[in-house]
Amino acid sequence: MEQFAPVRRSKDGQPIRYLIVDDSVFARKNLARIIESFGGQLAGEAGDGLTAIAEYDRTHPDLVLMDITMPQMEGIEAAEKIVQKHPEARVVMVSSVGYQENIVAALQRGARHFVQKPVKPEVLYEVIKYVLGEDGVVAQATGAGV
Amino acid sequence: MKMELIQPFINAADAVLSQGLQSPILIGNLSMEQEAYRRKGVAALVWLTGDIEGRIIFDLDSSTAVRVASQFAGSEVPESDDLVRETVCELANQVIGNAITTLNDQGFHFRVHPPVLHTSEHGSQSSEDTEALVLCFETESGAVFMNIALRYNQKREKQASASA
Repeated sequence: MEQFAPVRRSKDGQPIRYLIVDDSVFARKNLARIIESFGGQLAGEAGDGLTAIAEYDRTHPDLVLMDITMPQMEGIEAAEKIVQKHPEARVVMVSSVGYQENIVAALQRGARHFVQKPVKPEVLYEVIKYVLGEDGVVAQATGAGV
Repeated sequence: MKMELIQPFINAADAVLSQGLQSPILIGNLSMEQEAYRRKGVAALVWLTGDIEGRIIFDLDSSTAVRVASQFAGSEVPESDDLVRETVCELANQVIGNAITTLNDQGFHFRVHPPVLHTSEHGSQSSEDTEALVLCFETESGAVFMNIALRYNQKREKQASASA
């Protein structure tokens, strides 16, 4: 997989820590591989919205990548609950269902951005940099980068 | 079954498969299935309810499923691994999600149910109003079959025409 110039936390230079939420193990593994190529670190994983809320409380990640259609509790509701409790939380919705009303609902309820599956690493990379804003910094690339 | 319902699924499958497998896809045979559905290998079934209803099955023979899963995962996946079945479900999820995004933007509203593994050898027979269309996508990893049986929800159609 293509390597990207690592994105790090500007406050301490540490890797960005991600919580990946998807009911598909395959999708979680795929996203974990992608964030690794951005120099990120996996803080936790969850397979449904309820577990995601608990994992957020436990791990306090820098960024959440959240699927929408999941058992127990869907991603938009989980994003809303996380943001209500942690207004600083950055949640990016990652879903194959990308129609307008879904995206608007997610943004209205606290998500910061939306990425449609199948995830293109270069698109997610740009979204992550945008969502982190000044809290993220692109470090010097060690290998081939973008 | 109207082509306007099918085309978004063809486009989505083409896009998802070519991106995931990093190779061009050929759309091979397209046929109407008269007999009851017969599973070929690892199959994921997704139900749709709403303005359009019915089901879609993604079906790959076992060795193709392993090759596709390995390609998507970026490393060899053993045949016994749950990841093979997971990949077929996620593949179905992504193709159908992309297709319904297009259909939704055209004004159709429906609910997509999460993909489930289709384990029985046979499915129900097609009926006149839910005839099944079988599409074969030729990939470098093998053939991927998409079996689509969809119809307009007649109750909703009547409601829509009554209110028009």
